[in-house]
Amino acid sequence: MLDTNLKHIETDTEFNRVLSENENVMICCGRMGPMCLPVYDVMENFESKYPNVAFRDMAFDEPVSHVIRELPETQSFMGLPFTVYFKNGKVVKATSSIQNKAQVAEILSDKFGA
Amino acid sequence: MTNAYDAIILGAGPAGLTAGIYLARAKKKVVIIDEGIAGGQMILSHTVANYPGVLEATGAGIARTMVKQAKSFGCEVVTQSRLLKIDLGSLQKTVDVEFEGTYSAPVVIIATGGIPRSLGLETEAKFKGHGISYCATCDGEFFTGREIVAVGGGNSALEEAVSLSRYASKVTVIHEFDHFQAQPWIVADAEANPKIEFLMNQKIEAFAGDEKLEGVVSVDKDSGQRVTTKAEGCFVFIGYTPATQAFEGILKLNGRKEIVTDENLATSIPGVFAAGDSRAKKYRQITTAVADGTVAALSAIEYLDKGSRIPQIKLAASAG
Ligand SMILES: Cc1cc2nc3c(=O)[nH]c(=O)nc-3n(C[C@H](O)[C@H](O)[C@H](O)COP(=O)(O)OP(=O)(O)OC[C@H]3O[C@@H](n4cnc5c(N)ncnc54)[C@H](O)[C@@H]3O)c2cc1C
Repeated sequence: MLDTNLKHIETDTEFNRVLSENENVMICCGRMGPMCLPVYDVMENFESKYPNVAFRDMAFDEPVSHVIRELPETQSFMGLPFTVYFKNGKVVKATSSIQNKAQVAEILSDKFGA
Repeated sequence: MTNAYDAIILGAGPAGLTAGIYLARAKKKVVIIDEGIAGGQMILSHTVANYPGVLEATGAGIARTMVKQAKSFGCEVVTQSRLLKIDLGSLQKTVDVEFEGTYSAPVVIIATGGIPRSLGLETEAKFKGHGISYCATCDGEFFTGREIVAVGGGNSALEEAVSLSRYASKVTVIHEFDHFQAQPWIVADAEANPKIEFLMNQKIEAFAGDEKLEGVVSVDKDSGQRVTTKAEGCFVFIGYTPATQAFEGILKLNGRKEIVTDENLATSIPGVFAAGDSRAKKYRQITTAVADGTVAALSAIEYLDKGSRIPQIKLAASAG
């Protein structure tokens, strides 16, 4: 489990539940490293500002991460974290490595109209 | 809307967080604003073993505790918000911050530390996360069995090259000079590693590849000969530069763009103090940043309590 203030996804069941219960979902799959921490920090900042988006993290080294690692969209990724945006259960955007507040805000607005 | 404070601290690395702790404990209203994440360069340090009182911890762990401590005394910490405009000219200084609005205070402490140097090549952004990385601990394993490049010749570059050799089939260290700046024992470790090769005196010109990185193009600075080193990964460790661009033309900086202070860490503008790696000094460590944060905060408290009775700072004797 990651040491963040975000809600964590720890099982496949939880992953499927989050996707089925929320139209817009952002999942950041990583470790507690320097490239991942800034993305968790952005998500923690954005939780209250974007109530129509479910923000979750996931530990890259836990078995559940196969749901992100095995996506076609992450196959070419070579930098943590893997951040994936889902709309109605479908991947609409995926990024590899560090992203800042402005970059995440742009994706939220572009893909979720948030 | 303007948010009024006693002190605005720019930068939430160890210097800024320490200054925040001291000011907030003295019952001053303080906001710490960081354009990145709280913790500064400490976040990049996988293991810190030289911070007294802590046997060994991750830099991120120490940072988290410092943030918690600062907040527990009432500091506000605003992260991931860029500085848009700064006015240090009046008694009441103002800072415009992206997403947050305007902050004002009679005291500003600059603790913006250092930012990693980038190669500044157009193709660098294209391959970020697709071959180019700045963190061996985070991304090293993606390059298991592959050939990679490590750029730089200081302690970090050579230590990380050794660490990356655990995963990669071959690590080529590309360096801009014909000698290393790293400590001799770190150079010796890298030179003794059979998986590491060296390409010296090179200027990196471009990164090659379509979707993914395939090679690093460099040119010999003397002969002009161009070389493409096959690489699926490239890790860049070319040092740090003081994050003082926002203060150029406003504060007195030295030739290395470091902020010049006196021994109480006052800058050329009354009410403005500087602490940590962004100021002119010789040694840059967490302990020295924390010490600076303490001195800057105590000087700021004295300034706030005595106001204009503090004499104008004389900087001539203090330039470092
Ligand atoms: C890989 C690595 C390993 C290290 N290991 C050790 C170690 O083991 N022990 C040790 O003692 N030291 C170590 N150091 C050095 C130590 O981390 C630094 O000396 C120390 O962090 C400097 O603290 P600082 O607060 O001055 O600046 P920083 O830590 O650089 O923090 C500055 C903060 O200011 C923010 N900032 C920058 N510009 C602006 C702006 N315009 N507006 C708002 N915010 C801004 C940045 O985002 C950053 O968070 C290491 C450094 C690195 C890079």
